[in-house]
Amino acid sequence: MIALAVEDLRKNFGGVAAVGGISLEIEVGERRVLLGPNGAGKTTLFHSIAGHVLPSSGRISLLGHDITRLRPDRRARLGLARTFQITNLFPQLTVLDSVLLALGGMKARRLRLVRPMSSYRAMYDEADRLLDQWGLTGTARRVVRNLSYGEQRQLELVLALAGAPRVLLLDEPTAGLSPAETSRVVAMVQQLPRDMTIVMIEHDMDVAFELADRIAVMHQGRLIAEGDEAAIRANRQVTEIYLGAE
Amino acid sequence: MTARIGSLVASVLVVALLLAVPEALRPYYVGLVTKMLIFALFAMSLDLLLGYTGLASLGHAAYFGVASYTIALLLLRAKLSSEIAFPASLVAATVTGALFAPLALRGRGSYFLMITFALAQVVWSIAFGWRTFTNGDDGMPGIPRPDFGWSLDNAQSFYYFVLVVVAVATLLLVLIVKSPFGRALRGIRESESRMQALGYNVWLYQYVAFVLAAAFAGLAGALYAYFNRFVGPEYLHVIQSAEALIMVILGGAGTLLGPAIGAAVIVFLEDYVSSMTQHWVLVLGVIYVVVTLFAPRGLIGLIVSYRQRRFEP
Repeated sequence: MIALAVEDLRKNFGGVAAVGGISLEIEVGERRVLLGPNGAGKTTLFHSIAGHVLPSSGRISLLGHDITRLRPDRRARLGLARTFQITNLFPQLTVLDSVLLALGGMKARRLRLVRPMSSYRAMYDEADRLLDQWGLTGTARRVVRNLSYGEQRQLELVLALAGAPRVLLLDEPTAGLSPAETSRVVAMVQQLPRDMTIVMIEHDMDVAFELADRIAVMHQGRLIAEGDEAAIRANRQVTEIYLGAE
Repeated sequence: MTARIGSLVASVLVVALLLAVPEALRPYYVGLVTKMLIFALFAMSLDLLLGYTGLASLGHAAYFGVASYTIALLLLRAKLSSEIAFPASLVAATVTGALFAPLALRGRGSYFLMITFALAQVVWSIAFGWRTFTNGDDGMPGIPRPDFGWSLDNAQSFYYFVLVVVAVATLLLVLIVKSPFGRALRGIRESESRMQALGYNVWLYQYVAFVLAAAFAGLAGALYAYFNRFVGPEYLHVIQSAEALIMVILGGAGTLLGPAIGAAVIVFLEDYVSSMTQHWVLVLGVIYVVVTLFAPRGLIGLIVSYRQRRFEP
């Protein structure tokens, strides 16, 4: 079954085609890494899939639903979650409150206007479990702004996972992390259930090859190669423009 | 634990003081405290937008004034009773908010501020310009206070009436900001795109917050029409909107107590300064500059950081 399908997607910003006709099919449970130099259009493609940018043309479907023009929150409710390239958290809230918000997103319609949040015991238990599972228990009461960058990147991932998504988009989850923090994030991704589909933008070649089932390489808004690790390593065009010609 | 006992003692003390006001103060000052309560409600309603949702409105007087004018027009022009006019004024403010919100929410930041300002100016110019209907800048005097079997004509009984209404409204606001809805508003203030990605219909939350803020502002406006027994276009003026913003910022946005304190301070200063000079708005401007420079998180922020410094040397 196809988890995420992109058909001939284009996005123009003025005269610039940031994404110039991309087609992708990603199977349920697949781990797909998007590679490509800066400005290749990876993040614009992600924004289109998540709904933060509307494509100029083309079609996107998620688990069989056409989501091309759906609002981001409707896509999230269909099982799509994402992290952001530039850390996008709630700087003035605590870690626990952030996780509660992430859990509430999927339940928002059943939450009342005048019943105190503190009376939703089950949500607090769920939040504790999530924080415990991902090693953030010690930070629960801390304000997000005061966390280390590594902890913030981890929290990005935890917030995305809180709604138990079926398709997860990770936009450079290890960018700017130390080797130790990077391996912690890689371990987190490896622990995720195998039926969760993961699409990931990654610049770190080792991380990409370690996590990916298949890799797609973008260059100047187009897809220039697709395949497993061996196929990508053997692709001369990829070697030239991305891995360097040496 | 001691902090909890401390805040409990403080709340009991505040309630006792508020109940004792009519016994302890001369009628003029009872009136002044009444005005503080009304503007505390007005400022708290604005803070639902500014402090909790992160939307700075420069047109909040519109909903306050629409309610005041509804009371005046229904009582004086249509000769209806307060049993109809009072609820109708809340409906009018809420409906105005519900109509204006979709327009205002097309913008963010300073654009949102300008649209809310422009919409409020439209309402103000109707009140100011339509002389045959609203008396223009003469306003409409002679509004009778509601009578629920006992008279609210003296300062004391009207004070208790306002105290009860404001207390109930404050309780509702506390429930709202503590609910998952209120938590979500704070999340939206911090990051709209993240909240969308988490599955929240951000626009709908902002819309509901806007309409609720308008409704509570309307309640304050209705009380104010009864308090002064008069309405005039200055209720709808941008200075009224700006004053409310300064009350919220002075006290501390993002809390309910802060705007209430800010409102009390501004109402007191306005009364005090106006007895000496006509340049109250100038003084207000200076207050605004001083607060943004030296206490960007308001009086509440000052107290909090003082406590943190004491406990974490």
